[in-house]
Amino acid sequence: MIIHVTDQAGANHELEGLEGWRVMEVIRDWGLNIKAECGGALSCATCHVYVDKDWMDVVGAPSDEEEDMLDSVGDVRSNSRLSCQILCSDALDGLKVTLAATAAKD
Amino acid sequence: MSTEITTDVVVIGAGPCGLFAAFELGLLDLKCHFIDILDRPGGQCAELYPEKPIYDIPGFPVVTGQQLTDNLMAQIAPFAPEFHFNRMVNSIEKQEDGSFKLSTDADEVFHTKVVVIAAGGGSFQPKRPPVDGIEEFENKSVFYSVRKMDDFRGQDLVIVGGGDSALDWTLNLEPIVNSLTLVHRRPVFKAAPASVNKMHELVAEGKINFITGQIAKLDGENGQINHVHLTTDAGDLSVPATRLLPFFGLTMKLGPVADWGLELNDNTIKVDTEKFETSVPGIFAIGDINWYPGKLKLILSGFHEAALMAQAAKAIVSPGERVVFQYTTSSTKLQKKLGVA
Repeated sequence: MIIHVTDQAGANHELEGLEGWRVMEVIRDWGLNIKAECGGALSCATCHVYVDKDWMDVVGAPSDEEEDMLDSVGDVRSNSRLSCQILCSDALDGLKVTLAATAAKD
Repeated sequence: MSTEITTDVVVIGAGPCGLFAAFELGLLDLKCHFIDILDRPGGQCAELYPEKPIYDIPGFPVVTGQQLTDNLMAQIAPFAPEFHFNRMVNSIEKQEDGSFKLSTDADEVFHTKVVVIAAGGGSFQPKRPPVDGIEEFENKSVFYSVRKMDDFRGQDLVIVGGGDSALDWTLNLEPIVNSLTLVHRRPVFKAAPASVNKMHELVAEGKINFITGQIAKLDGENGQINHVHLTTDAGDLSVPATRLLPFFGLTMKLGPVADWGLELNDNTIKVDTEKFETSVPGIFAIGDINWYPGKLKLILSGFHEAALMAQAAKAIVSPGERVVFQYTTSSTKLQKKLGVA
């Protein structure tokens, strides 16, 4: 499966995702500018992405716990998600996301 | 006048790897002092995921971050390490005799033969809202914590956030400010329900404003804000403000470590894999903050690194002393140190 990621500088990256991986792990593994501080424990919100509008329904809504974590970033939009909470699957082949400014490393 | 402390080893960072280092150092009779920016031990484990399960600690099929911290504290108790919380190390200077002088922002000076950096992803610092130019207002009219309540007396205050800090300070500062606006991106709060109820009462009484929205821009000059611009579902809004308190939680930054003259790799410290020593002899780095070929950022890697570091630290603190490698299961000497024999 392929994930299309736009980084904070506006560059587009086509990443190969692995079924069962979290989207955050794919982005991190490819060396893009994502902090992912807590490593996927849903405890930091430093893997914040904007999901392309066309993919919102497929990805689904964030959990209450994820919404709570999104409170800790200041650039939340209606299509905000934490990429550690999106699991790669065939249904997400072609997913498009954009890295939020608050996901950047220092 | 600064407080002067002399010790064998200063460990910077009281996360799991730092704590276990105290155990390995203690077995070798080395005394340690901890310095940590947080107010309690546990580092990332206790701060970010105290209740989250960890599954890859040897011997624990599952353990939470807080349980692991509590167990490590019990394990190192026989060696009575001393903790200095709520402090940041500002500088490390190598002395002519090879020892080090560390200064903290709490006006303490540590004299030590060995420094162990076990700072994980760096030091925890408040998350800065993504607002252009906010830096010029920080510590003048924008603050991330309340040190003195009186600094807010008579001010037009905007508080941003939906957690306990935001709600607690809303309730505490309301009686002394000129005006108070609480801003949160949604009408649901993570804070204690009693605080949320009290806040709603104050809103109903007209004592504070609550706005659902996000901070977008600051106006002001010479470090003094005069307006906070917000984006809301109903459109953009400008709120007069002389003080801003954003409460977005904590994040980790390398911080002053970057200025200590150590060879770095990205945001991590280069070490060897024999002793986990940095490019400066006598300064070691263990756990997530170090880098070497093949590094895995796992707690168990940090435990292994702590054991090897301690052997090298012993050679620095007690040069020429022959160290006989012993097991805790069989050595009565070690068991006496642990208080079990």
